[in-house]
Amino acid sequence: MKSWFKSGTPWIWLNAGAVSIALVAVVGLLGLIVIRGMSHFWPAEVYQFELNSGNLLAEVVETETVAAGSVPGVDVSSGEVERHLIKNGNRDLLGSDFRWILENDIQKREQPDDVMVLERVEWGSFYGYLSAVYQLDKLVAEGETAWPELQQRLDRVLDLRVQINSIERDDVGAINYSLERLRLKEKRLQLEGEDTPEADSEIEHERKQLKLKYEVLQKTLLGLYDEIKRDSITARLADGSEIKMPLNKLVRAWQPNRMSVFDKTRFYFQSLWNFVSEDPREANTEGGIFPAIFGTVIMVLLMAVMVTPFGVIAAVYLREYARQGLLIRVIRIAVNNLAGVPSIVYGVFGLGFFVYFLGGNIDALFFPEASPAPVFGTPGLLWSSLTLAILTLPVVIVATEEGLARIPRSLREGSLALGATKAETLWRVVLPMSSPAIMTGLILAVARAAGEVAPLMLVGVVKLAPSLPLDGNFPYMHLDRKFMHLGFHIYDVGFQSPNVEAARPLVYATAFLLVIVIIVLNLSAISLRNRLREKYRALDN
Amino acid sequence: MSEVNTSIDPSIMQAAPKGEGKMCMHVNDLNLYYGETQALKNISFEMKRNRVTAFIGPSGCGKSTLLRCFNRMNDLVDNVRTEGKIMLDDKNIYDHDVDITALRQRVGMVFQKPNPFPMSIFENVAYGLRLQGVNKRRVLEEKIEWALKGAALWEEVKNRLDENALGLSGGQQQRLVIARAIAIEPEILLLDEPASALDPISTLKIEELIYELKSQYTILIVTHNMQQAARVSDETAFMYLGEMVEFGDTNKIFTNPNKKQTEDYITGRYG
Repeated sequence: MKSWFKSGTPWIWLNAGAVSIALVAVVGLLGLIVIRGMSHFWPAEVYQFELNSGNLLAEVVETETVAAGSVPGVDVSSGEVERHLIKNGNRDLLGSDFRWILENDIQKREQPDDVMVLERVEWGSFYGYLSAVYQLDKLVAEGETAWPELQQRLDRVLDLRVQINSIERDDVGAINYSLERLRLKEKRLQLEGEDTPEADSEIEHERKQLKLKYEVLQKTLLGLYDEIKRDSITARLADGSEIKMPLNKLVRAWQPNRMSVFDKTRFYFQSLWNFVSEDPREANTEGGIFPAIFGTVIMVLLMAVMVTPFGVIAAVYLREYARQGLLIRVIRIAVNNLAGVPSIVYGVFGLGFFVYFLGGNIDALFFPEASPAPVFGTPGLLWSSLTLAILTLPVVIVATEEGLARIPRSLREGSLALGATKAETLWRVVLPMSSPAIMTGLILAVARAAGEVAPLMLVGVVKLAPSLPLDGNFPYMHLDRKFMHLGFHIYDVGFQSPNVEAARPLVYATAFLLVIVIIVLNLSAISLRNRLREKYRALDN
Repeated sequence: MSEVNTSIDPSIMQAAPKGEGKMCMHVNDLNLYYGETQALKNISFEMKRNRVTAFIGPSGCGKSTLLRCFNRMNDLVDNVRTEGKIMLDDKNIYDHDVDITALRQRVGMVFQKPNPFPMSIFENVAYGLRLQGVNKRRVLEEKIEWALKGAALWEEVKNRLDENALGLSGGQQQRLVIARAIAIEPEILLLDEPASALDPISTLKIEELIYELKSQYTILIVTHNMQQAARVSDETAFMYLGEMVEFGDTNKIFTNPNKKQTEDYITGRYG
């Protein structure tokens, strides 16, 4: 036994065990997120349940066996009961999307082929049977022919909706933006006492032009609105009643029980793509998360752009120029400890210093015409990136310092011996050779920044941003705008959502996407670093 | 290589006219301290132009330290104090108004271990030239070809100038570093054990190169290898414990030294 201990075998087992536990934890975490999040987009079979209380069309989300006592209205003596969480949709008619039903209450369960599921612009999903398709209250198709007719007309509606959206958001948005700038310009002229009649009339003229443009667009829009409202359908509910629905309220229609595996796969990837590429709807419980992905990525990139020069310059001073004494040691310890400050503290600092002090002063100096509405004196993208840049600064400084320390003395001397000054040596030899280390710092910084939520809630992230921080209106990059963020989106959907059951899979799906975004950001940084390493591999000799 | 002399840009080099045997450097009562320890003691000697001077002596005797005094490389070390004078063309290089970068352009140095920069072969040799503001591709190409030929490396690398210098062998790297040093046309070359990290064939090549370079440059070489000193140098200085024990004609030092210490070292009785 003693020799077994001495041989080191138990150590090997212990180490291998620790690694295995870590691996299992990571794989389990990712697995859970992937399975829970990604299965949401698979079109589930729809059942027609015949219950004591009436008929229901629904998907089964979850089945569990519980003690009878814990379910209200069930005789305790019956021991255990099986119950299902079902998604019956039709929130506008039934009150809620989800409900529990007891296995014992189900009298009959079947899978009718012609069940139709509709994804609607509001009120969640609809479950029913298609009866007929109408064009301007005139019957177009009925029975078997109704379904293809619906698909065809729905495509038309989707096309129209894309047109309407592009006009409303891009064209009308641009006009509104220009009008707002005109208003600010007018007010600035007034404030500066330069509102001469000529200037006023010029602004008035521009405003008229914009209004004219707007009226033209408005006319087009009205036409499109009429077009999109043209068609409607009638559908039969599970209880036999008929309901009429205009097509412009629909997003997608499918008949899950008729779909083959191939159809379902196609549907799955389409849903996934919609989730990634669309704007959220219905308090973030429906639709996509594109603005959140976009906001996260752009915020992290901005942060990287700001933190790298800062951190590198600070590290160069600390390592290369400052006299290594007590003061520098204290500063170095302080910098290292900054990395351990809770992130919410940075958020408070960002709010107090960046938003209120810096932003407030910028507004007072450069945007007096906008008051009382703040421009930079309110949480926004710029302040979020800056706050995270401060948060990740220690990581970059420490990594860069280590990189600088690793550059061999012989190379510096080689450069100096050729008549280079210290600055030239730094710039031409030392910094390029430290670039892999700088990239390492940046990778760590990006990984930390992309996952950070708490400080962002104070300095710029919102539940729903009306517009992206990057658009076609000059100056294209709107640093003052608030933005959406995947991390905050998870929190919002998970904890602030009115529709808990509908939100749950989205929490997992969003979490998975956040992980993907971080992995992609990191992988690109790592591949860049590896290329730099390959280039400057002198350190290894 | 006779066209080399004419190609020297007078704006870069304010060199005294070259000529065999003319006085070049004059070391006068040089003392150097690392903190409290004295590393060089009362060194005084003179060197002539276009000659090779070898410094020999046991490890830690201060020969590398002395070499690094000539381009003020010791300034980079903390706590170093230098006293005395090194006159280069009647100007003390330790005067306060001396431009160190200009000095280092006049006094090139090659280190013990090859230290090419992690760049292409071309950029390595171009480094010193670019520092001087030479950026025209044609000028660079000409000078680089000349420098690589001067370092006897051109034939081996002319087809792969854009490859990373770290892909070269140790001997090639050392010749590249020599090319880098002569590309900026210094007057004096300091070689700090240039062949100690190389195999015998590379060593031979470096020695041949030193012999070639003698016609153009004043060369100071530190070496552990006494045969090497005897082969390549015109004059030899024997140093021991920070003192210059003997300085003189190489033949004389190796055949009939004045001091017993020198003889003991050369015959291998200690060191």
